Amino acid sequence: MKIPGLFWGQFRRDGALALRQPGELANPLAFFVLVITLFPLGVSPESAVLAPLAAGVLWIAALLSTLLGLEGLFRRDRDEGTLEQLVLHGDPLVFAVLARLLVHWLGTGLPLTLLAPVLGAMLALPEEARWPVTAGLALGTPILVLLGGVGAALTVSLRSGGVLLALLVLPLFIPVLILGVSVAELAVAGLPTAPVLAWLGAGAALALVTAPFAIAGALSIAVETG
Amino acid sequence: MNFESFSAFLTMGGHGPYVWSCYGLTLLVLLFNGLAPGRRKRRFLREQGARQRRQEPPQEHT
Amino acid sequence: MKVPAPLVRLWHRLGSPRWFFETTAPWLPWLLGLGVVLLGAGAFWGLALAPADYLQGNSFRIIYVHVPAAILAQSCYMLMGTCGVVLLVWRMKLADMVLEAAAPIGASFTALALITGAVWGKPTWGTWWAWDARVTSMLILLFLYLGIIGLRQALARPEAAGRACAILAIVGLVNIPIIKYSVDWWLTLHQPSTFKLTEKPAMPPSMWIPLLLSVLGFYALFVWSVLQSTRVVVLERERRTAWVQNFVTEQGSKP
Repeated sequence: MKIPGLFWGQFRRDGALALRQPGELANPLAFFVLVITLFPLGVSPESAVLAPLAAGVLWIAALLSTLLGLEGLFRRDRDEGTLEQLVLHGDPLVFAVLARLLVHWLGTGLPLTLLAPVLGAMLALPEEARWPVTAGLALGTPILVLLGGVGAALTVSLRSGGVLLALLVLPLFIPVLILGVSVAELAVAGLPTAPVLAWLGAGAALALVTAPFAIAGALSIAVETG
Repeated sequence: MNFESFSAFLTMGGHGPYVWSCYGLTLLVLLFNGLAPGRRKRRFLREQGARQRRQEPPQEHT
Repeated sequence: MKVPAPLVRLWHRLGSPRWFFETTAPWLPWLLGLGVVLLGAGAFWGLALAPADYLQGNSFRIIYVHVPAAILAQSCYMLMGTCGVVLLVWRMKLADMVLEAAAPIGASFTALALITGAVWGKPTWGTWWAWDARVTSMLILLFLYLGIIGLRQALARPEAAGRACAILAIVGLVNIPIIKYSVDWWLTLHQPSTFKLTEKPAMPPSMWIPLLLSVLGFYALFVWSVLQSTRVVVLERERRTAWVQNFVTEQGSKP
């Protein structure tokens, strides 16, 4: 299948915009690191206490920092009218959505995943869980961005949709959280982690083929009725 | 009858407060779900009636 | 596939909120009566006649309100997901109205199931709250309901709100099994299954017949509430039509 020009055009445009404002890109990452810093201070700096919590803390921080970046995902497009142009464009809106989400993930999910081994070490994450958890984040963060995109699209026309967005999206994140954390538990117990990682991969594939349509639908509702 | 006396029925062998509070709460929820639409309907009829009277004032003066 | 003609006719009629409003009016007292009789019988049988459980004593009698509430909480979400599909595919206004009417009712049953479960847990498990798989899934279901209600309230235009809620209901419906299985799996990984409440191998008929009665009674009362609520939503949304205005005038002229 030929990928329509809309995808590449949107990809280049979003990429350029993201690179032009590296500060905005770095904010969710800084938040991620900050949340993780709070745990040793708030719970205990002892590695015996931190080790069993480490994977959960990494994942919850990843969930929250993903959530933080979601609100602006389509907001600017709607405010400046680009969204209307995209809906009216000849190529299906889904491709523009996919390009936007891909750029968003490259800017947030990917660096977060790359940071995870380092932060895991700071949280005394057991060594045998380090790479499985990182792999889990690599597979899980795309699901978070895709599901979160649905919430962002549904609340795009709201002035302040942040809290509502969290309410809509966090329950849907729960299976990802569970699978991601259980990878660490299995690794620590010396059990194979591949089956759970495969489940995460299947989830990512499922989300990839369904969520963009829900997002495109929600965005066109916002344009048609807004 | 499973219980020997009415007071045994009320105390339920020490579990009375738990059982009765659950049934009471259920009754409240069912009542609320049943009665809330009635309240909303009456409010709608009042407001819509006023709106319609404003729009078309009565023809004959009494 | 050939769809029978009466079904097709019913389908087309459902497109008319007015037809719905006028047809369902006589059903309400019957549904209420049926619900009260069934639930009354189930509750009386369950409270007074059924034998006490050999392990839990009399606290098990909570089952006759807890289980129906939990079943209805799930059924209601399925109803909303179905309405979402009907709304998005066929643009049937009535589906949106049912979606709006059912959400708070479903949320109330979910909360009821959670609270009665907690009260039941105290004498049985010795704690108000345990992260049991069913309890956790039910809590997440409550969040899904609150999300739909919140989204509808936040979006001012009814048409936008309806279609957005439909998408959310469908996304939720797809996710419910995934959430349920992941939670089940996660918690069985952690707990020995000592906390299972309702997994009795066999319930004697004197215990399960009243349960069946009260579940049916809950269904009747649920349909009664949803119909009533939908009828009000019909009036509110169709208030610019002549038939609603005539109806309002008629009601207003009554003492």
